[in-house]
Amino acid sequence: MAIAHEAVQVELEPLQLIAPDGSPTDHPDHDLIALHDRLPALYELMVATRGLDEEFVNLQRQGQLALYPSCEGQEAAQVGAVAALRDTDWLFPQYRELGAFLVRGVDPGGIGLTWRGTVHGGIGLVEKHIAPIAISIGTHSLHAAGAAMASTWLGDEGVTVAFIGDGATSQGDVHEAMNLAAVHAAPCIFYVQNNGWAISTPVEDQFRAPSIAHKAMSYGMRGVRVDGNDVAACFYATQAAAERARRGEGPTLVEAVTYRLGPHTTADDPTRYRSEDELAAWRERDPIDRLRSYLQRVGIWDDALEEASLTRMRELRVHLRAAVVDAEDRPMDEVFDVAYGEPTPALVAQRDELRTELARGA
Amino acid sequence: MNGTQAPDTASEVTELTMVQAINAALQDAMAEDDRVVVFGEDVARQGGVFRVTEGLQATFGSQRCFDTPLAESAIVGAAVGMAVRGFRPVPEIQFDGFTYPAFDQIASHLAKYRTRSGGLIDMPVTIRVPSFGAIGSPEHHSESTETLWVHTAGLKVVIPSTPSDAYSLLRESIECDDPVLFLEPKRRYWSKEHVDRRNRNEPIGTAAVRRPGETVTVLTYGGLVGTALEAAAVAEREQGLSLEVVDLRTLNPLDLDTVVQSVSRTGRCVIVHEGPRTLGMGAELAALVQERCFWHLEAPVLRATGFDTPYPPARMESRWLPGVDRILDVVERSLEFDDA
Repeated sequence: MAIAHEAVQVELEPLQLIAPDGSPTDHPDHDLIALHDRLPALYELMVATRGLDEEFVNLQRQGQLALYPSCEGQEAAQVGAVAALRDTDWLFPQYRELGAFLVRGVDPGGIGLTWRGTVHGGIGLVEKHIAPIAISIGTHSLHAAGAAMASTWLGDEGVTVAFIGDGATSQGDVHEAMNLAAVHAAPCIFYVQNNGWAISTPVEDQFRAPSIAHKAMSYGMRGVRVDGNDVAACFYATQAAAERARRGEGPTLVEAVTYRLGPHTTADDPTRYRSEDELAAWRERDPIDRLRSYLQRVGIWDDALEEASLTRMRELRVHLRAAVVDAEDRPMDEVFDVAYGEPTPALVAQRDELRTELARGA
Repeated sequence: MNGTQAPDTASEVTELTMVQAINAALQDAMAEDDRVVVFGEDVARQGGVFRVTEGLQATFGSQRCFDTPLAESAIVGAAVGMAVRGFRPVPEIQFDGFTYPAFDQIASHLAKYRTRSGGLIDMPVTIRVPSFGAIGSPEHHSESTETLWVHTAGLKVVIPSTPSDAYSLLRESIECDDPVLFLEPKRRYWSKEHVDRRNRNEPIGTAAVRRPGETVTVLTYGGLVGTALEAAAVAEREQGLSLEVVDLRTLNPLDLDTVVQSVSRTGRCVIVHEGPRTLGMGAELAALVQERCFWHLEAPVLRATGFDTPYPPARMESRWLPGVDRILDVVERSLEFDDA
């Protein structure tokens, strides 16, 4: 049986609307000026993400958090993508998506309690159509594919986005997810933040495809590379993918080329495996500096915007600190109560055993 | 088969952490046998997230020690293929919870290859897995997986509790022609001990009596051996009780003789493990003990374990895990049967 396949070609050169020096690239397909009224809000979110991220790192150093994976450098990739979606579109995050959460208005305190080790998976995410924070690598791509298929059946015009990284693309589950979504023309976006490093493994040891986006071709899926430090490019690439998905034209693999400026997590020491020169080169491409330069160039940036951004950022930092510092542990009953819809009799007995043990120790 | 002597280059007796002892075992095994290859996520350039494989790539080159793409099924599946062609792979799965993506390769292929080839193909693969909880890790980094492997015919399951044992057990695992799940208790990674690299013993299939005693036998392994010894010290100091602590060291093969000798003498048996209670190692041990020691038992075989829930968030783990108090509570319950 002959099957008609859409001819999909992937451009190796990432989509870029704002160059690293803040100048517009005058891309023929995307109207940067049409985005002007939204850019101040995106700038504010990126500044907030950066500052809040720093607060998370500080809190970990002060012993208030067990661990934290910084998203420094990836603010544009995250903020740009989620800003292009509807608030009802489901997101399936990995664990480094602080910027994505802020766009949705997630309370950072609930994220902080996760990294403190108080709860699993985050608090206040599901209410915002965000799946629990995923620590396992890439396996949630399949959940996104299934959720996207469900969205079609429900007729809700929803788009589902799986956030994964360059390392995750090597996982078998990610291959299965992309193939399944393509076969079902599921309204799904596989949004890959290629930040250069999977802990200590650089992308050249991770895959030999010309790019991650090129892998889309083998699934008969649209693939696009985008400058992940250009918030406008990330916005438009995601918007285009979402529109295609809503029209029933299937999934898209978006590769946002960015860089993890910090360590993998606070437990990691990147000086063991990557060079200062590489880091310095990427600091030159900082996404927040780039957007500020552009906004200054076109006369949108002013002291009021900067002040508003910093104020919002400081408020979030204070809020996070208040939610996390010396936060009380949850009662042990909770571990038993959330394991099943209704605890089994055996589990109730075990819960009582532990109550007795803890009461005796108290 | 290789001898049991480490190469001359090995230093004699040095104080090593468990991390260093495992590293030494890998160094010595690789020096002695060039079929031994080490690979996994972050094991080469970075030397492992716990530094267990530090220096191996520098010493042995990038064919003998290399980083893989982030893909656990690939790590185990490729090891199977390498073993078919005569190598002795020692892959690392970075954390316990990430053995699950490789489960099919372990359960359907690694464990069954010898059977599937009519006994013709050896499967000398040792999968090292930093395992278990108690170090404040995020989700999926504190799993007790041992029962899954013990229940999968064809695999050996080895769990060291001390640096010396880690050295000897890993050397023997690598030399073993069957696949071994080598589960390293992360909470003991930084414990120190003098390790003699030249006079290693052959501990697979032998339990170690860590503390002789007369009143109650405590069976345990891995990270909780130290906890059981603490409990035994407290019991002696505060109640004059004499607990015998048996470190099983390998769950398959299991040194049932040592278990039976101990329990037949004490008449009481308490089993301690981190993982959930239901169908944990304690269930099998309890079954074996009642089969073999029925007429010697003064009390039912009891267990001090984790609970039948997903592993809790880090800040709850110390209350969830069996500690000294829970072990002593269970010991007390065992002794209550005296008056029955």
